[in-house]
Amino acid sequence: MSLSTTQRIPLRSEQKFRPVEFSALAFLRASALVSIVTTLAIVVVLVYESIPFFRHVSPWEFLLGTQWTPLLEPRAFGVLPLVVGTLHVVIGAGLIALPLGLLTGIFLSEYAGPRTRALLKPLVEVLAGIPTVVYGFFALTFVTPILQRFFPSIGLFNSLSASIVVGIMILPFVASLCEDTLRAVPRSLRDGAYALGATKAEVTLKVVVPGALSGVLASFILALSRAIGETMAVTLAAGSTPKLTANVLESIQTMTAYIVQVSLGDTPRGTIEYQSIFAVGLLLFLVTLALNIASNRILKRFREHYE
Amino acid sequence: MKIEALRTSQGAGPDLATGSTLEVRGCSIRYGDKPAVNDVTLAFALHRVTALIGPSGCGKSTLLRALNRMNDHIQSCRLEGQVLYHGQDIYDPAIDAAEVRKRMGMVFQKPNPFPKSIFDNVAFGPRLNGTFRGQARQALADHVEKCLRAAGLWEEVKDRLRDSALSLSGGQQQRLCIARAIANDPEVLLMDEPCSALDPISTARIEELILDMRENYTIVIVTHNMEQAARVSDNTGFLLSGDLVEFNNTADLFSRPRSKKTEDYITGRFG
Repeated sequence: MSLSTTQRIPLRSEQKFRPVEFSALAFLRASALVSIVTTLAIVVVLVYESIPFFRHVSPWEFLLGTQWTPLLEPRAFGVLPLVVGTLHVVIGAGLIALPLGLLTGIFLSEYAGPRTRALLKPLVEVLAGIPTVVYGFFALTFVTPILQRFFPSIGLFNSLSASIVVGIMILPFVASLCEDTLRAVPRSLRDGAYALGATKAEVTLKVVVPGALSGVLASFILALSRAIGETMAVTLAAGSTPKLTANVLESIQTMTAYIVQVSLGDTPRGTIEYQSIFAVGLLLFLVTLALNIASNRILKRFREHYE
Repeated sequence: MKIEALRTSQGAGPDLATGSTLEVRGCSIRYGDKPAVNDVTLAFALHRVTALIGPSGCGKSTLLRALNRMNDHIQSCRLEGQVLYHGQDIYDPAIDAAEVRKRMGMVFQKPNPFPKSIFDNVAFGPRLNGTFRGQARQALADHVEKCLRAAGLWEEVKDRLRDSALSLSGGQQQRLCIARAIANDPEVLLMDEPCSALDPISTARIEELILDMRENYTIVIVTHNMEQAARVSDNTGFLLSGDLVEFNNTADLFSRPRSKKTEDYITGRFG
């Protein structure tokens, strides 16, 4: 047999079964499925459990009622006081975290040198890693006593101190996301503005921030939806008095804090108080879902297409 | 290399009959320890097009960016020597880099319109400088139209000035960037390989534009395309590893190069 003749091997006509490939794919699919199934299960449970509630209380009464006294006679299930309580925290935290977070992001991305950034960014992000219950007693034992010096009438529980700590809590979130989106603005745009005689502040304010607007807005919305869902700190600091008030020095109750209150109490299953937490939970879920969808829309619609 | 020396050597030398407003004297630039431009001296003739050619990494872009202090933003970049604009050293500590850049428009390698409307892109410089502050809105609109006409873009965009600049084609974007640069009424226009990202038709339009604009501006163009340098420029400087090998009027530099290195480069032996 000569060396030059090579035997022809026919290509395999059937797909070979590869166990590792097969099981890897199956495992990855299953992992992805877990989160989808969980989300769906939560929605199903929320809807299913709140149906009996809405048999007793009309959705109209629930959404527009101004009294929330589910545990006391006469019972009333108007969710507005809880919504307003949540708004206290969201607006207060937003007023603190959005401007400060954006400014921190601008500083980190545009002004800080590489060494400052390497030091500062992890430091800011540590704020996000502190357990929320720590923020709660920080509000109660540190922020409120300071506030008492300025507002002697302030209660031990008040929405102001809760708003302040929630603001601090979501600040790193805004700062970090803003920094990422600002840094994604191409250098060529900055060069273009510098070449027209813009100063650093002008480049930042007129080109970089507008160029990153979609990301900045999306970070704002995501941070606010976190403030809405925040539970432990507001339960500890803002109290549990559902109240339709604009006064931030008073105790209020947020939607999340109400759910905690009922869950921890000895409310028997099947009672209307028990069912009410699912209705509140459903509302909370829908609001944060709407915000997340809005943030995705903004990102998609207003995203600047850089090449 | 001294400019006077160039004039007296064989051939006509660079065409500096119109005088010059911009000159580079004994200019060396390095990034950290890495030299990029070595002791370059040359003058850019008024209302003429000067091309800087050379292979990649020869320092031509670095030299161009030194002319309006764009290298200031690169931390490791150091410059020695002088860049004289109307006889004033623009690297004098008393001089504000932003002021320098307002007088010299710059067009970049890749079109870089801001993610704003076509109108706002052109109006960016005048608004920044407050050129039309206190005047009727129409004054700014007229100026924007004038600049877009000068950049040969008006007819294509006059009905959609409010559209995003990013909706334009690459060639249109680059002409928009030219309109944006001349909206500051600069004396000098610096162009850093302005056609390298464009198709041949868009390139031809930009080249036409450069020839039209030379009446009003002193133009410096960096290009790696020798045909382009031959087509659009009056004077050409050839750089090689940071040295200005030869600086002459374009016709002579391409037909009778004095240096062997220039000859090798323009005949395509390397680069």
